[in-house]
Parts: sequence; C-alpha cells; structure tokens
Amino acid sequence: MLELSVESYRYPGYARNVLHDIALRLGDGEIVGLVGPNDAGKSTLCLVAAGLAPASIGGVLMGTLTLDGTPAAGLKTHELAERAVVGFQNPNTQRSGLAATVFEEIAVGPMNLGLEVPEIVARTREAIARLRLEALIERDPQRLSGGQAQLVAIASLLAMRPRHVILDEPTAQLDPEGTRLVGEALKALADDGTSLLVAEHKTDLLDGLCQRVVVIDGGTLVRDGPTAEVFADPELETLGVEPPARVRLRRAAEAAGIDPRVLEGARA
Amino acid sequence: MLPAAIVAGVARRLVRVSFLLTLPIAISVVLVSVFTRAGETVLFEIGPFDATLEGVDFAAQTLVRLFAISTSIGLFGMTTDPRAFVLDLERRGLSPRFAFVALATLEAVPAMVERAQVIASAQRARGLDTEGGVAARLRGVLPLAGPVVLSSLTEVEERSLALEVRAFGRPGRRHLLWQVPDSTSQFIARAVLLGALVLAIALRLTGTFPVLF
Repeated sequence: MLELSVESYRYPGYARNVLHDIALRLGDGEIVGLVGPNDAGKSTLCLVAAGLAPASIGGVLMGTLTLDGTPAAGLKTHELAERAVVGFQNPNTQRSGLAATVFEEIAVGPMNLGLEVPEIVARTREAIARLRLEALIERDPQRLSGGQAQLVAIASLLAMRPRHVILDEPTAQLDPEGTRLVGEALKALADDGTSLLVAEHKTDLLDGLCQRVVVIDGGTLVRDGPTAEVFADPELETLGVEPPARVRLRRAAEAAGIDPRVLEGARA
Repeated sequence: MLPAAIVAGVARRLVRVSFLLTLPIAISVVLVSVFTRAGETVLFEIGPFDATLEGVDFAAQTLVRLFAISTSIGLFGMTTDPRAFVLDLERRGLSPRFAFVALATLEAVPAMVERAQVIASAQRARGLDTEGGVAARLRGVLPLAGPVVLSSLTEVEERSLALEVRAFGRPGRRHLLWQVPDSTSQFIARAVLLGALVLAIALRLTGTFPVLF
C-alpha cells in the first residue's frame, strides 16, 4: 500500500507551495486515475508519490510518504526504485543511452537491481510480452517512433516489477491501439497486486481502467471517489477536465429527451 | 598505423581526417620552429627571420609525432563502436556511472544537433531567416542557442531522474546482459601491441630506442 500525506511541497528555490493538503492512498491492486487541468500539480504529485521529490530533485516536503509500511524518507533512491517507479511524459528522456537494442534497454532496470542474468532475461521477456513489443526487440532504441518509444519506456518500468507504479500521461504519444495495450498491461499489473496511479488527460482510458479517480486543482485534491461518480460530477468540466465519451453521450441523450437506457441497450 | 587502417578499409578517410585535424597546429608548428629555432645552418632568410636546418628538422619530428597521435586516435574512433568499448570496459570493472557519463557524452552531440535542427525548423516556420550570408545566418542562428542549451539541460535533469527510477544509483556490481565479441585474433593483436609498447618504453629508457629506429 502507498500512503501519501502532503501538508505542503515546494520546489527548491521557490517560495510558493506547488502541492498542499493532500491525502492519497493506493491499495494493493488498485488503479487510481489522476486528472486535472494543466499546471494543476499532476506531474509534481507523481514525483512526490514516487519519492523522487524531494529525495532526488530537492525541495521541501511537509508530510510523509509510506510504501508498504516503510517511510520513504529513510530510503535511498535505488531502494525507492525497488518499491515505486514513475514514468514521465517524454519517452526520449527515459532512454538509458546504455543499450543498443530495445531488449537491452528494457533489461537495464533489472540489471541495475543486481539480478542474475536468467532473472533479468525472464523479467525483460515478460515486460515485452505484456506490451507486445516482440517485433521491436532488435531495434535501436534511439530510432523508434514516439509511440514505440513510449511503450518501450513503460515496458522498462514494468521489468522492474515494482509494487507501486506511477505514470504521468503514459499514453500521451500513443495511438488508440497503443493506448489499449497500455491499458491491458496496467490491468494485468493490478491483477498481480501492483498499485497504480495514472495521471491522464484521456478520461476514456481511465473510465475503463480505474476503480477510483482523484481530481487535482490548484495543487490540492478537490475530488476523490469511485470512477463513475467522479466522472458523472457536473462540475468536472468547470475544473478543466473533459468527462469520458460515455458520460457526454449520456448527457447529450438526456438533453435530447432520449432515455439513456437506450444507450445502454445499444452498447450491450 | 597505415597497414592497420588499410586492413580496416579506412585508410583514405583516416589520412584525410588526420590531415585536416593536424593542419592548423602543423602550420603554426612549422612557422614557429623553422623561423625561430636557433641553428647553425641557415637555409634562407625572410626579413629578420632565419629559416634554419635545425628548425626544419625539429618541425618535421613534431609533425610526425602529431600525425602519429591523430592517426592513432582517428583509427580508434573509426574502427571502434564507442558503446561496445565503454560497455566492455564496464564488464572489466569500470564504474557503471563512468560508463554512463562516457556514453551520455557521446550521445549528447548528435542529440543536440537534432534538437537544434528541430528548433531551427520551428523558428523558420515562424518567419526566422537563417539563410543568406554569414552575417544574416549569425543573426538568425544566435537566438536559437538559448533554447537549444536550456532544453538540453532540462532533458539531462529528467534523464537523470529516469535513471534513478531504474535503480541506476544502486551500489555493487551488475550482471551485464551484453558481452562484446572478443575473437582470438583480437586478443593476439592486443597482446602484440602491449608487448610492443612495453618494449618501446624499455628501449627508450635504456637509450637504445633512437638507435633502433
């Protein structure tokens, strides 16, 4: 379980708090969606939830992060990495630069953990299979398209087999098929007991993926509840979040005087 | 050096690159050595400067050394995959951090060039003129330096975070997945070169080196 309590967090060199008054809990096997307008603090929350802020990037955190009962404050960054990983928006900055092929790139994390070669290979193959990257394994990681690089970056994190995964817009560069693959891989991870926090603008992805959704605005959580409930909130759009197509369609039907149950029948 | 370059099929390129690399220093070495080095045999005079035979001899020796150094480095660069070289060094005990720094440095130059091209294209699309004469090009290109450098620095920070997420800072040895092929002929070549180096140093120290060559 990942438990985060933030009274305030500010970046080094800044007087303004970027996050404040946040309580977030990710249960084992739970997928939580994180939505909010631009500049609301989503990326910062991801960094704090993974322990990278303040451990690596500095700043002042008033609050606590606990990973499976262990306070993150006492952990070194590589010890944090064995428990929680975070994926960033730009896949190119997540490339290690150490590997000549995609297979080797995905294997970098397990290698860093000091695992034996058979275990490294097993984890790498598993991550490749989860995102169906078999056709890319011999390719040069520097010569991939944006979407392919994004999938490789996510596979590189999955190969670490962390207990907690935090992803900051993991499908930003993906087409619908890539987005679907990522969704399936994340579901499979959750089924294995991994807890996930997924920051996304694509509410349709979160709608089918998450048990819970939290909304961040102005550096604090303004909604936290079951996915259907949060996405049905009529004030969501005023918070800068577009509801999923399912909700918009239902509203359009209601506005046109059509019984929404007809839509349910059409979907069935 | 030349036979090795011929075997590797890079002789022509190596000579051209080494010549170009050495040229600026060679010109200054020749001018300074030939005209300012004191000597008894004056070949000719230009104004107050005497060109001496001793100066020519010194310049020739220096040029040969410079050319030997540049061809050595050039041959190494042209025949060695830098990634394989650094990773093999890590397999032999080099710190993973040093390996990363070395590879990141090698990657940085083409990455910055690529980023500069993207930024230049974006700015050209907005009307920035980067064509024309030298002055016009400078005026057009200089404003791009800031964004290129700043975006590179931001990327370095995010890349270091991404590496930490993948436990890069973990102390202790890593079991490497890759192993650079090392043929018997390469092993023998290395042993012969090492032996030749030891012999050359020994001959030099005993004072017999110049007699042999």
